[in-house]
Amino acid sequence: MTEFNNRAWLFVLPVLVIVAFNAIIPMMTMVNYSVQDIFGPGNRYFVGREWFQELLGDNELRNALRRQITFSTLVLLIEVPLGIMIALTLPKTGRWVPFCLIILGLPLLMPWNVVGVMWQIFARADIGLGGAAITALGFDFNYSRDVLDAWFTIVTMDVWHWTSLIVLLSYSGLRAIDPAYYRAAQIDGASRLQVFRYVELPKLTGVLTIGIMLRLMDSLMIYSELFVITGGGPGSSTSFLSQTLVKKAIGQFDLGPAASFSIIYFMIIVTLSFVFYRSITRVQEGE
Amino acid sequence: MSQQTSHKPLVKKIVLTLFFIFLLAPIYWLTVMSFKTDTEIVTGLTLWPQDFTFANYTTIFTTKSWWSSYINSAIYVSLNTIISLAVALPAAYAFSRYRFLGDKHLFFWLLTNRMTPPAVFVLPYFQFYSAFNLIDTHIAVAIAHCVFNVPLAVWILEGFLKGVPKSIDETAYIDGYSFPKFFATILVPLIRSGIGVTAFFCFMFSWVELILARTLTTSDAKPIVAVMTRVYSGAGIEWGLIAAAGVLTLIPGILVIWFVRNHIARGFAMGRV
Repeated sequence: MTEFNNRAWLFVLPVLVIVAFNAIIPMMTMVNYSVQDIFGPGNRYFVGREWFQELLGDNELRNALRRQITFSTLVLLIEVPLGIMIALTLPKTGRWVPFCLIILGLPLLMPWNVVGVMWQIFARADIGLGGAAITALGFDFNYSRDVLDAWFTIVTMDVWHWTSLIVLLSYSGLRAIDPAYYRAAQIDGASRLQVFRYVELPKLTGVLTIGIMLRLMDSLMIYSELFVITGGGPGSSTSFLSQTLVKKAIGQFDLGPAASFSIIYFMIIVTLSFVFYRSITRVQEGE
Repeated sequence: MSQQTSHKPLVKKIVLTLFFIFLLAPIYWLTVMSFKTDTEIVTGLTLWPQDFTFANYTTIFTTKSWWSSYINSAIYVSLNTIISLAVALPAAYAFSRYRFLGDKHLFFWLLTNRMTPPAVFVLPYFQFYSAFNLIDTHIAVAIAHCVFNVPLAVWILEGFLKGVPKSIDETAYIDGYSFPKFFATILVPLIRSGIGVTAFFCFMFSWVELILARTLTTSDAKPIVAVMTRVYSGAGIEWGLIAAAGVLTLIPGILVIWFVRNHIARGFAMGRV
């Protein structure tokens, strides 16, 4: 149907130039660094695979990866169903719709470290409303000392921050459904659950693919919010991949190990996203 | 339809109300704090400022390093949105209309750039942009943010362009339109909503990004997000000032949502659904 035309490359050229400038050259710099031990300008040695071998056996990376995957799984499992549910309960018409949409958009448009600052205050038991409310319920809540509290805080924060994205995408997907489908389902005597499964969900897969992919990618890169709230602590219990990397690259200024860490990190995200993308599109084709 | 919405109205209302309370509570707290004095913030919990003050906002509007940082952010975010849309439109058109050598691989490769954690790029970007003498300029941040915004823009726009029937292109050529004229006068107006949605996402992801913006600026182009971290790491924490600065970062976002709200609803509906 679509014609084969290699001149289309001309249209893609500007994108290629700008992305290559930003991605290929820096990535090659990283590859270059990752095989060297660098002490200073003009004082560097080729070490081959040494950094990679060291990192793959490194407990710090493994633990960060395990925590990262736990975190990403948790937030996806909460945000996606919650987001769909909220989208289903939102009114379809009426004067409240624009207000609802704006409030939903607020968390998305807040700079990430501001989100961190806000939650850092909000979750404190002494000066924050949220922390004080939990304390009033009888819990001893302190996210800077207790690991479980810290996890609770960052997961709640992420749910606060990103559920809206799923809501907005699902909501617009739902609005695109022809009312005739609902009428047909009603005539067939479909239950609410069946309407969701056979009328609404198939129409949502397109927008949900974008939503879930964005959430997956971004939860794997989370940095700024955690940097402010917990700083990776207590101990290193909330230190994920980005934290560990920045600590290596900037804190310790280990260029070689940091570069090889970057490459492994990048590979992990691309692999996970690719597997996810393929499985979602498979399911869609199967529909 | 009415039977649909009146299914279990009370349960729905409760769920929605709870969710919106959850969304608004932290923002409410931040806003209230911005009107308090620092002593009031640290000495106890008050739901409403006892000692209502505008001092925090006055400080921001009279200190150059504060207010200029908002302008800096606004400049690079706008630049980035314009650049992203300008380069992504033709590319999205090519992906939606033609097949060409390596198109699928190219598309996935573009997406991998959206997947790259900014933390990975911190080091090479600093050296790379230094080499071009671009450190501490707005354009540097605008171009750097293209690394995640351009792939996203191509992805969204391609979905919208697929929804435009190809017969429209052909009719336009038969009517004697040249390609640029067709693109500007027929195609762009047709996917107006799509462009609105894309602009919203580009704006959003550029406005909220911290790591790259902080790395590439030192003083003249320092964005508000970076200024906030600097104040933060200072010895005495001025909570009220930070809260006020945080509240102000919300305003551009609210304006953008307000202007594109109809486009977003319509745009999503005709796009990738």
